[in-house]
Amino acid sequence: MINLNYYPGCTLKTKAKNFEDSAIASMSALGIALIELPRWNCCGASYCLAEDDLIHQVAPVRNLIRVKSQESRVESQGEGDSRLQTPDSRLLKVVTLCPFCYNTLKRANLIVRNDPGKRDTLNSFMDEEIDYHGEVETVHLLEVLRDDVGWEAIAKKVKVPLEGLIVAPYYGCTLIRPREIAIDNVERPTVLHRLMETLGATVVDFPFATECCGSFQSVSNPELAAETAWNILTLAQRQGAEALVLSCPLCEYNLGFQQKLIRRRHGEFKGIPTPYFTQLLALALGLESCGFDRGYTDSRALLQSKGLLS
Amino acid sequence: MDKLGSSTKRALVIGGGIAGIQASLDIADAGYEVLLVEKTPSIGGHMLQYSEVFPTLDCPQCIGTPKMVEVGQHSNIRILAYSEVESVSGTIGDFTVRIRRRATHVDWDRCNGCGLCLQKCPVKVPSEYNCFLPFDNRGAIYIPFAQAVPNKPVIDAQTCRYFKYRRFMEEGEESKKPPECRICEKVCPLGVIDWEQQDEIVEEKVGAIVVAAGFDLMDKGEIGEFAEGRDIINGLEFERILCPSGPTAGVVMRPSDGIEPREVVFISCVGSRDPELGVPYCSRVCCMYLAKQALLYKHAVPDGQAYIFYMDQRTTGKGYEEFVRRAVEEYHVMYLRGRVSKIFRDGDRLRVQGADTLSGRRVDISCDLVVLGMAMMPSAGFKELARKLGIATDEYGFITEIHSKFRPMETSVPGIYVAGTAQGPRDIPDSVAMGSGVASKVLDLFSRDGVGSPL
Repeated sequence: MINLNYYPGCTLKTKAKNFEDSAIASMSALGIALIELPRWNCCGASYCLAEDDLIHQVAPVRNLIRVKSQESRVESQGEGDSRLQTPDSRLLKVVTLCPFCYNTLKRANLIVRNDPGKRDTLNSFMDEEIDYHGEVETVHLLEVLRDDVGWEAIAKKVKVPLEGLIVAPYYGCTLIRPREIAIDNVERPTVLHRLMETLGATVVDFPFATECCGSFQSVSNPELAAETAWNILTLAQRQGAEALVLSCPLCEYNLGFQQKLIRRRHGEFKGIPTPYFTQLLALALGLESCGFDRGYTDSRALLQSKGLLS
Repeated sequence: MDKLGSSTKRALVIGGGIAGIQASLDIADAGYEVLLVEKTPSIGGHMLQYSEVFPTLDCPQCIGTPKMVEVGQHSNIRILAYSEVESVSGTIGDFTVRIRRRATHVDWDRCNGCGLCLQKCPVKVPSEYNCFLPFDNRGAIYIPFAQAVPNKPVIDAQTCRYFKYRRFMEEGEESKKPPECRICEKVCPLGVIDWEQQDEIVEEKVGAIVVAAGFDLMDKGEIGEFAEGRDIINGLEFERILCPSGPTAGVVMRPSDGIEPREVVFISCVGSRDPELGVPYCSRVCCMYLAKQALLYKHAVPDGQAYIFYMDQRTTGKGYEEFVRRAVEEYHVMYLRGRVSKIFRDGDRLRVQGADTLSGRRVDISCDLVVLGMAMMPSAGFKELARKLGIATDEYGFITEIHSKFRPMETSVPGIYVAGTAQGPRDIPDSVAMGSGVASKVLDLFSRDGVGSPL
């Protein structure tokens, strides 16, 4: 078993517990233990809305420092566990599930690496912590699956191929924007596509895979956000998809929870399940903890009709 | 300062497009010998692929082929088609050039161009000249187009059945034994098919070199959001579709299923003026050719609708702005100022989503065909050629002239000159003017004897 630092973030412990549980179980089945970072704090995502660009980097940088001190603690205690290496062995790796956390941590790291002035200011904010110079590499779980585990290795572990299941992959925004931190091609990402094919599902061509889900507009302008979601969901259905595969809790809210609101506005709208990719991964790996009983939409009837779930 | 002279009064022109043709004719007409090297089987260049050209809508085949024939018949011009420059040494007035004459597998000295072999070849592959469009194929032995100069065929060893057979017998390359074929050889009345022909390196002495290597369009695969689907084509492909002598005989149809497009969306500045893709420059011709294509489309489909997304209208040539007004006012081409964010297939049509920044609205257009005004780039393989010549290029690969205002046709190497789009994006009139201009530089050099001091 290889250990990998894991930063959960707030939503993964509350609304998206099924995302976390299925991810941890799946990665364990694939030979990677996700080790939760001790004393992690808010990733800083909602501070992005603040005008001051620097103060909102304090929270993510503090998390990155925790990764650094965690690694040095492991090293000094000589625990001798095998950590997942980055291609550059000087970098320490931390994985996230939530795309917002990924985006925030990754961008904070870019600032620290590229702007010595801001780096020094940020370091001067930290009282107890050690200084940070960008030694940590933030990766998303999809990158780990693609680059470290590999599609072939995953395919070998598949016990319940998702045969007959037709899905549309949906990336949302923060995994691939801005370009500097994208986990894949900005305009035509394929990583979810490849993962679903590896699990045996049929993937439809889905032009809205990178559209905005409505983001925080669902707070200020729920009607607008519902219309946006309706556009995305109905195109997926027109393309023949039976489920929309997600990677983000906020997308799950806008595209899942809001289906109730959409049905009120568009009587003809039939719902579409919105599972996380990790839930389908866990299902395909033959695991119990897929968390299909939680989430805003219910995938169980669909999966049962395909004979994938009892 | 003494002006430099030339001991060898003979010019090499690299590239048989319209700039190279004009330069060759002007130098040859003045009484000097010209070697015209062209990498494809025929001279003519991109201009011969176009449908009617702006702003006067003349037919490039009609105005271009007489010039090509003149080159082909000129006693002072020798065309080395299907050939590429291998290496260059020497200095101004006294260059030694080695040229690779690629094997055509046809003895061009004896071939009379009767075309029997073309008719009988059983291989059918998409043609480079027709931008690989699905409407028309060429054989493995082919002449790129009917008016080609020289009008002699070449055999493409990659797709030829006999060459496949030979590779199978030698290396077992194919999985199944291909037929021995050799039909072209059997039907040729003069017996000029030469299976054993090899590439040949010839060495020539020249006093001056004109680089007119032209351009290629950026690959649309670079633009992720526009890359999808067969019905999203570049401007050059649409030129072939509009061209009366093209693969559809000028009948406008879309590549995927051949239906007549009822709505066509044209997009300017695709790749160009996009620093993120490394092409911040303007390609200069797209505003005009997209207006022209929209107008020609309306000629062919009068009740169809053409939309053009643009960033700015840059129509700075003689008669150009008037032409665009005509497209708008007489042909009701709808101009939308803004960018397109996404194109995708919705049913059997395409949907184009973008912004109209003048009205501040989102636009969502359902259409049958999308034409991309892709960025002009230096021609494929040009970097390598520039290296062989030792001339400086800019960060995009275009030739750097020695002085942008007063010496626009001279490269960083004395005696090597540049014409046409190898220096940067430009249209036909400008390329022809530059071809004549560069000829005057060469003639100026040839009018002096001996080599002066380069300092």
